[in-house]
Amino acid sequence: MAITSIKNLKEFSTNNDRFEGAHLLCPGCAHSMIVRELMNCTDDNLVISTNTGCLEVSTAVYPYTSWDTSWIHIGFENAATAISGAEAMYKARKRKGTLKDPNAPVKFVAFGGDGSTYDIGFQWLSGAMERGHDFTYICLDNENYANTGGQRSSSTPVGATTTTAQAGSHSYGKKEKKKDIVSIMAAHGAPYVAQLAPNKWKSMAQGFQKALGTEGPCFINTVSACTTEWRFDPKDTIHITDLATDSLMFPIYEIIEGHELNILYRPKNVIPVEEYLAAQGRYRHLFKPEHKHVIESIQKEIDQKWEMLQRREEARI
Amino acid sequence: MQDQDLCAAQNRGVRELGAEKLVGWDEVQQGVVINSFEGDATGIVHQKAEERIYSDFNSYTATVASWRVQKPVFNIDACIDCQNCWVWCPDSSIISRDKQMLGIDYDHCKGCGVCVEVCPTNPKSLLMFAEHTELDTALSGWPEKTKKEEK
Repeated sequence: MAITSIKNLKEFSTNNDRFEGAHLLCPGCAHSMIVRELMNCTDDNLVISTNTGCLEVSTAVYPYTSWDTSWIHIGFENAATAISGAEAMYKARKRKGTLKDPNAPVKFVAFGGDGSTYDIGFQWLSGAMERGHDFTYICLDNENYANTGGQRSSSTPVGATTTTAQAGSHSYGKKEKKKDIVSIMAAHGAPYVAQLAPNKWKSMAQGFQKALGTEGPCFINTVSACTTEWRFDPKDTIHITDLATDSLMFPIYEIIEGHELNILYRPKNVIPVEEYLAAQGRYRHLFKPEHKHVIESIQKEIDQKWEMLQRREEARI
Repeated sequence: MQDQDLCAAQNRGVRELGAEKLVGWDEVQQGVVINSFEGDATGIVHQKAEERIYSDFNSYTATVASWRVQKPVFNIDACIDCQNCWVWCPDSSIISRDKQMLGIDYDHCKGCGVCVEVCPTNPKSLLMFAEHTELDTALSGWPEKTKKEEK
């Protein structure tokens, strides 16, 4: 397997970028950090398909492309379907002996935003997971439809204001809970499912390598801080992601074969979720006295989730 | 049944839409294919940016320099080559060769400032300056090492 070893960051930085600059993502967008890291953690040939979303519309603006690999542009919901087809064709041609270089290692990767993963492409993703194609699906979770102006998606957490779930005198923003996509995908019996964050670059690169090296459908949910819709300064992308992982809003963990849960990062000092919320404009209204109870309920939710993860890790079931 | 045959024979609707060359259900109409490189691109993963032959379609040949209001300036004297800026740069704009940080690619940098935030040295080896600042002016006004506050 031609996967590069990563001992430290200096070693990692000798890889040659296969995701080029001058794409049109916002300054400070975490999408490109995640994509770059995936493409740097392997030497294999990659076949990538991308759902419609920020990543797709801003990396392939005609006449330019930012991808140095085979890349398929497909509809809003079809990345999982397209990569399934590509993988099936690759296997068939390998069997018939019509490939130019049959021994070259090829990995199949699909990227989708949270809108196309949690909502619009959910059925297609579920189907591809069930059929058991050998691919890795990476969800870039920025918790709203950022490409079209920040509408709510089923990934948007409780209390966040979006253009279609606005905070105001009668509302504190979105009232519904965030969908737990990692558990849903683990319930498909996928061999490797994980939730990772770009600020912990090492666990993220290792997670990507594990997923690429595992045969079968793998799913990775990555936290992608959105400077435009979360409303923070572009330079603070990594700082906000730090807050997210340290406040356990986004715990970093993996689930192997649907049952073996490992927590990959335990913060030394767990910070209260207020710090994470206060750093972003989309939660500003929660600090009014009448909405204080929302913060308390968010904190309670997080504590319960963390307790559940720890107990599942111990129980190994 | 007969009516359906008639419709198919006349291609009703197709001609009116001006789409006589519609593909069948078992054919594929190829979309746009854009090649990132000129010629063979098999060993691209082992080539550095300066060794590759980019095609005009690759966004590497484009620039987003006009997006910047502020630009990061690199001071090699303070750098410890930790490569934090390289791993977190969203625009692949940190030029790093053989484990050493060499500078910033100002064609692709959008001036977001993430590299400055993640720089761990004291004083920082990357700082933001206004876009029009000359390199010499920026380097001559570099801040001194700040002492830790006594507790």
